[in-house]
Amino acid sequence: MPQPLLELKDLSVGFDTERGQIRPVAEVSFSIYPGQTVALVGESGCGKSVTALSILRLIPQPPGRILGGQVLLEGQDLLKLSERDMRGVRGKDIAMIFQEPMTSLNPVYTIGDQIIEAVTLHQHVSTREARDIAERSLNDVGISDPHRRLQEYPHQMSGGMRQRVMIAMALSCQPKLLIADEPTTALDVTIQAQILELLRKLQRERGMSILLITHDLGVVAENADTVGVMYASRVVEFATVEELFDHPKHPYTEGLFRSIPKLGQHAKRLETISGMVPAPTRFPSGCKFHPRCPRTRKMAESIKAAQPVSMPPGSNVPLETTPIRDADGDIFDVLSKCVGVEPTLREVKPSHWASCHVLENYEKSPPTAPHLEHRREDATNGASSDAQEVIR
Amino acid sequence: MSQTQSLHNPAAPMVAPYRTPMGGSGESPLLQVRDLRTYFPIRRGVFSRTVGYVKAVDGVSFDIDRGKTLGLVGESGCGKTTVGRTILRLIPKTSGQVLYEGNDFFAYRGRQLRGLRRKMQIVFQDPVSSLNPRMTVGNIIGEPLEVHRVARGSEKEERVAQLLRRCGLDPSYARRYPHEFSGGQRQRIGIARALALSPNFIVCDEPVSALDVSIQSQILNLLDDLQQELNIAYLFIAHNLAVVEHFSDEVAVMYLGHIVEQAPAAELYANPKHPYTVALLSAVPEPDPRPNKQRIVLKGEVPSPSKPPTGCPFHPRCPLTRQCAKEASGTDTTTIQTAGETVQVMRKCVEQRPPLEQKKGEAGHVAACWFSQ
Repeated sequence: MPQPLLELKDLSVGFDTERGQIRPVAEVSFSIYPGQTVALVGESGCGKSVTALSILRLIPQPPGRILGGQVLLEGQDLLKLSERDMRGVRGKDIAMIFQEPMTSLNPVYTIGDQIIEAVTLHQHVSTREARDIAERSLNDVGISDPHRRLQEYPHQMSGGMRQRVMIAMALSCQPKLLIADEPTTALDVTIQAQILELLRKLQRERGMSILLITHDLGVVAENADTVGVMYASRVVEFATVEELFDHPKHPYTEGLFRSIPKLGQHAKRLETISGMVPAPTRFPSGCKFHPRCPRTRKMAESIKAAQPVSMPPGSNVPLETTPIRDADGDIFDVLSKCVGVEPTLREVKPSHWASCHVLENYEKSPPTAPHLEHRREDATNGASSDAQEVIR
Repeated sequence: MSQTQSLHNPAAPMVAPYRTPMGGSGESPLLQVRDLRTYFPIRRGVFSRTVGYVKAVDGVSFDIDRGKTLGLVGESGCGKTTVGRTILRLIPKTSGQVLYEGNDFFAYRGRQLRGLRRKMQIVFQDPVSSLNPRMTVGNIIGEPLEVHRVARGSEKEERVAQLLRRCGLDPSYARRYPHEFSGGQRQRIGIARALALSPNFIVCDEPVSALDVSIQSQILNLLDDLQQELNIAYLFIAHNLAVVEHFSDEVAVMYLGHIVEQAPAAELYANPKHPYTVALLSAVPEPDPRPNKQRIVLKGEVPSPSKPPTGCPFHPRCPLTRQCAKEASGTDTTTIQTAGETVQVMRKCVEQRPPLEQKKGEAGHVAACWFSQ
């Protein structure tokens, strides 16, 4: 069995705030295998970006603090490295690109200076060789006339071009893992298509792994091999991309899928998830999703109405209910276990982890960290022959 | 401006012959926009001499019926937001007409204009910057009521409470400040403010783009409920095609200041005619791990509206004109430089701007392309 390139084990991150310590990342575990794309999906504040920053140890400390866990890159715990050794990892073994390329590029240096700086930091080459590498990497990301472009400043380029420059810089040192945090969120849809196409092409050529952070389920569906869904600091579901989209298990994932409008389905009403994402200072007890969860609410309603209730086989939830009050002040009942006990991530089906008490086989499966060596079925993924990389 | 008109196809009438596609009940549309143009001057030098124009909106026409939604989609810089703001006279127009219930809105002045402004409102994209942080929610929603002398004192408070409740917020929130609320709640406050004067037309400028997925659907459903209940017409501006299709009765696609295609929502998505619409639809990532669609990745980027291409504004990126040029004879084609390469395109696309005309398909399906059917 191949070794994972990167393995997160029970990573927890805390931030000290005026209102006490919050935990934006709680016991997050998953693995990324060589050449694989793993997506972390969730809404703002769910902890997906903090997870990514923690891998590179880029969270400001203080107020941030790694509370526990391990980040293993090829078996070596990055959390134990000295700051000096860590600098050797950043940009070399693991590179990162961000949502807004304008704020991650320095406006007073030419893009040539910035790429060359990254190259000379990590590779023993002369400035002239570094310039050649920079030129080649701009060419690789489809920027025409790279020699002239090296002398331009970030403000002279469009958003799509700047993102290409960021990718060129990130890939100039041949990293094993690229962390892409919302890489296309700030871009128009036709430019987004160009950038995602480019990332897929570069990944195929170099066999690097990608950790893709996004809130866009469409981007996940088309790019990821395996997916982790995050809600309120935790991974609540983890599966192969096909399995997750075909058979979502967690009520939050189900709700997300149902609340996005899909092209070509001209339905006038959208289903919604009631309430809103809880603030990390005020996380609910037990399952963090219980105040918004339609599953527990429906079960509790049936119990209150003395109707026959069919719990999924292999789950173990007493038929007791607890009244709770939601953000609007409405009172309704949920299952007591959802309020009292926090569920853990369990493999409820082969290659499919979820954390929900009201789930088939939940009680039978021991809590485990997800490990999934999986590639999506269509490796080329609709890459059209039209796809062309040189722009402007 | 005479120079822009020379770029048009001389055969195409300045104001496209227009039908009422929505409903077609014979009732006149609530809002008619005719050949609207908004140019922004480019000034240079010590004396701020005008050296050219950014043609943000360059000849846009459409109708919106009572209680219906026209979706306006396009990429950043296509002019969709400028259309919405020019209609409301938040930005001065360069030329064209906006007829509200048949009367020329741009001709209104003073008291008459204020009266009409009550009927036309706007909901902005960013719920943070569009609410004054120093005003309580009650004052934000109540201000239009006072300005227009609709209600004051306890009557005003009553109305504010009613509006808050209607938008899914607790009436006690009136005493709080915007920063105490989440993005979704702030957008509800923005909607309550827009509703305060009982408008029958609202420009929704990217109302859900800044919100999380699970909150987007709540806001879209709220806007839909309000439309059913109060018979409000929306101009729904967005860049997310799936959201627009879901929400609109009719959709117009904009590119570089022009509408390039317009059709009933379902028809546009099932049967797109303009190569830009086709590419735009194919570029949307679908939440399906086994997509069966062919993706067209467009070459290059949207050109600057200060230097729009001649003829059809889409010709430098258009896959269709290149394909046609491969099959056509040499005299009908021409060579252009675009996206760092040299390509053959149809001469007609470079020289003449295509008019918006009826295409094969449902009645009311118009597109501006010389070569699509």
